[in-house]
Amino acid sequence: MYQFNYVKAKSLKEAGELLAAHPDAKLLAGGMTLLPTLKARLAQPTHLIDIGSLAGIKKITLKTKKLVIGAAVSHHAVAVSDEVKKAIPALARLAGLIGDPQVRNRGTLGGSVANNDPAADYPAAVLALNAKVVTARRRIKADDYFQGMFATALEPGEIVKSIEFPLPLRAAYAKFAHPASGYAMAGVFVAQVGKHVRVAVTGAGAGVFRWSAAEKALRKNMSPAALDKLTVDATDLNEDMHASREYRANLVKVMAQRAVAQLAGQ
Amino acid sequence: MTTVKINVNGKRHVHEVEDRTLLVNFLRDTLGLTGTHIGCDTSQCGACTVNVNGRAVKSCTMLAVQAQGAKVLTIEAMARKGKLHPIQQAFTECHGLQCGFCTPGMIMATAGLLEDNPDPSDDEIIHGLEGNLCRCTGYVNIVRAVKRAAELQRGAQ
Repeated sequence: MYQFNYVKAKSLKEAGELLAAHPDAKLLAGGMTLLPTLKARLAQPTHLIDIGSLAGIKKITLKTKKLVIGAAVSHHAVAVSDEVKKAIPALARLAGLIGDPQVRNRGTLGGSVANNDPAADYPAAVLALNAKVVTARRRIKADDYFQGMFATALEPGEIVKSIEFPLPLRAAYAKFAHPASGYAMAGVFVAQVGKHVRVAVTGAGAGVFRWSAAEKALRKNMSPAALDKLTVDATDLNEDMHASREYRANLVKVMAQRAVAQLAGQ
Repeated sequence: MTTVKINVNGKRHVHEVEDRTLLVNFLRDTLGLTGTHIGCDTSQCGACTVNVNGRAVKSCTMLAVQAQGAKVLTIEAMARKGKLHPIQQAFTECHGLQCGFCTPGMIMATAGLLEDNPDPSDDEIIHGLEGNLCRCTGYVNIVRAVKRAAELQRGAQ
C-alpha cells in the first residue's frame, strides 16, 4: 500500500469538509473493497476519511411507508435485523448472501452502493425496490443513481447517508454466485411496489439494469411461466473466463424465474 | 503515524503505527502474536481471522488504526491455563487439519459461527466457513470438528 493519512471523522459534516479540502481523499467505512484496491496499488488517495463508526449513519429505522438503512450499517446487521426481516425479508436474505461472514461483518450498504461494482448484490435491490439514495445534499432516485460500471450520480465530495426503501408488497432475490468469489454471475431482484413490478439484474452487464420486458410480462401474470417466451439480449452482457454472454443471458432468465417462484405465497 | 490504543487478548497496548499498517501486521510484527497467519493477503483465505469487538473479521483487510479503542481476540486467547478451548479440542479430536496453516483462522471463524448459531447443520457450517480456505483436508474433518465443537460448547462430553 502507498502511504496515506488516516483521519477518523467526528461527523458527516467534518467528513465533507475534509473531502472538500483534500480532492484526492477517499471515504472509508468497512474497507472491504477499498483496502484490497489500495493493497493492489490501484489507487493512491492522499487521505482516508473514516466514516464507518459514525452513529448517525449506523441506524435501521422502519417507518410507515419506508425502511431507512444508514450507509454504515454492515451487511451482517441488515441480514439479522428484525425490522428488515419484517419489512423486506428479501433484502435481509440478500445481505446474508454477500461475500462471506467476515466480509459481512465489515462491509457496509453505503460502501456497496457508492462503489457500484457491476457484480455487487445491493444495487439490484436498490434499483428493483425503487429506493432513494440519500446524501447530505439530495435524494437520488435509483433510476438516476446507477450509471454503469462503478459509475453513479454522486458528485465529488457527496457522501451517501442512507438508503430509503419503499415497502414492497412482495420481493425476492435469486443469485447465481460465482463459486469462488461469491460475486453474482447473475442476480435478479424482483419487487412489486404498489401496482408496479420492477426487475433489476446485477452481475450480468456493465452495471445493474432493469429488464423491462420481464416487468411488462410479470405485471400481467406474476408467475415463472410468464417469462418462458422471453429471451435476454446478450449483446451488451459481460463475457469473461467464467461465462460467455449467452450463458449469462440464460442465467438472468433462470434467476428471474427463481425469484418469481419465491414470490408465490408471499 | 497514529497512536493506537487497542486491547488485545485482555491486555491494553499503546503503539505508534504507520496509518497504512494492517491489523494483522500490527498483531504479528508489533505485538509478536504470530498465531494469526497471513495466507493470501487478498481477503480470500481467512487465515488471518480474528475477533474484533465480538465479530470475526479478516485482519489483513482492516487497518490497525481502524481498531482504535477496539477489543481484539486472537488464537492466542483461546486456550486458557494450559487447557485447550473446546473448538481447539474438537479440531484435535476430529483431525480437522493437516498442515495447520489455516487452523487459527478456521478456529476463530468457527468461534464466530457458533456464537451466532450454537447448533449448526452441515450446510450452515459450510456456509459459515465460506470465508476460510483449507488446501489440505477437503473440509470433511473440519465440518466434523465444528459439529463436535458445538457439542462440546453445549456441554456434551
